[in-house]
Amino acid sequence: MEYFVDAIKMLLGNNSELRDIVAVTLQMSFFSTTISMLIGMPLGVLIGSRHFVGKRYLVRVIHTLMGLPPVVAGLIVFLLLSRSGPFGEFQLLFSVPAMVIAQVVLITPIIMGLTASITSVRANSLLETSRGIGIPRRKEIGLLLYEARIQLIAVMMTGFGRAISEVGAVQIVGGNVQFKTRVMTTAIMLETNKGNFELAVALGIVLLLISLIINSFAQRLQEERND
Amino acid sequence: MRINKYWLLLVAVLMAVALIFAACASQTTEDDGSGNDTIDNPVVRLATTETVNDSGLLTYLKPYFEEASGYTLEISAYSPSAAITAGEEGEADCLLLHDKSAEEDFVTAGYGVKRVPFMDSYYLIVGPASDPAGITDSPSAAKAFAKIASASGTDFVSRGDGSEVYKAEMNIWTKANINPADQPWYFTTSSDMATTLNMAGERQAYCLTDKTSYLANAANLGLAILLEKSDDLKNTYTLIAVDPSAWPDANNAGAKAFIKWMTGDQASQLIADYGVKDYGQPLFYAMDNQ
Repeated sequence: MEYFVDAIKMLLGNNSELRDIVAVTLQMSFFSTTISMLIGMPLGVLIGSRHFVGKRYLVRVIHTLMGLPPVVAGLIVFLLLSRSGPFGEFQLLFSVPAMVIAQVVLITPIIMGLTASITSVRANSLLETSRGIGIPRRKEIGLLLYEARIQLIAVMMTGFGRAISEVGAVQIVGGNVQFKTRVMTTAIMLETNKGNFELAVALGIVLLLISLIINSFAQRLQEERND
Repeated sequence: MRINKYWLLLVAVLMAVALIFAACASQTTEDDGSGNDTIDNPVVRLATTETVNDSGLLTYLKPYFEEASGYTLEISAYSPSAAITAGEEGEADCLLLHDKSAEEDFVTAGYGVKRVPFMDSYYLIVGPASDPAGITDSPSAAKAFAKIASASGTDFVSRGDGSEVYKAEMNIWTKANINPADQPWYFTTSSDMATTLNMAGERQAYCLTDKTSYLANAANLGLAILLEKSDDLKNTYTLIAVDPSAWPDANNAGAKAFIKWMTGDQASQLIADYGVKDYGQPLFYAMDNQ
């Protein structure tokens, strides 16, 4: 309880490092969710609505990647971006872009897999109708996405939840550098190891509050669309 | 039968003589004060820091000391502040530290007998071999840090934790009159030396490190030693026996024997040799205590 009170005081006080950590976290989660959605949703719709050879195997691979351990994603991106790796010349390691890349590797399969399973349910009847009334094929993806928009908000929130709460990948490729790549999860780990429980609890509260706010917003959006 | 009686007498006399000699012998060693043959408490508890322990020096010296003295050395590694606490709470007989002001406080507070500095090492400034900030010929680490700070496109990676290396780094920044925190070129890992060196290697950044950690990781880092033997990179190691008036149970005789051996010729030679085989250069420089 004492920690909790101290944590609240710290949040209300003028702790610039805490604000910095929150800012980096939001920035990273926003970009990784957005990019993953831009890649994962159209591809997910395609996979979910079309029938092609090897679809079963592709879906199986995507489902496996949905459970990709964050540290493995982190390790792969670390090796790719490291100075001796193929993309070493860009000097991206230990920066926010590197963390976003690792999270995109992690989150895209989740968004793709969920989108595919949502669209596959209604794709057949929907496509029949759309072809019946003469909607051009190139607009089909957009139509399917539009029809699934309410469920896709939930998919987005799943992706965002993964991004903001993930610790393994961002620790490896971000390096938890103070004022630069330190996010809430890695900061909580660090402060717990240091025995600095006030700051750890404060960060935990902020993390939950942010999730609460964003989920409330998403829920409102879903309800409005439903009406 | 008669022969047996004479034999018995002879044996008795011999035993008596042997006893007297033994008594005298132990008497003289006690007077001598080296305590080699009459060790009351054979265990010397040495508290030191993780940095010293990680260097492997103590495990290397331990068997030589034990053979020479008859004591058993028990080494415990702590964080710098916890090592001092171990001394204050009588959980150690002898401390091996490298933080002068903390050592002086410890002795002044009556927990330690006196500081016995016995060896030095140097922190290193490592960085990309091309040395873009041009620090190689700097007269001091503070000057080198100032050059790194003012050069463009050069990063510096710092541990930013409670370690001695980080304390030493902050002292140098203070001397250079620079506040690096929050600077775009300054990276703080809040982690151990190996992690910090790896990040410096990846970013081709400058870094202050202890020599052992650097040499142990050097092969994979792509970083070169750019500045070493400057006065503000020097690190002096000190032995302090825990004061028996503060902790009567402390093994003061053992601590004295350890300090005496560590400042002697055998230990000096062993310290000078340490690291030469593996890295081609010494890690520590024994002081001339004679």
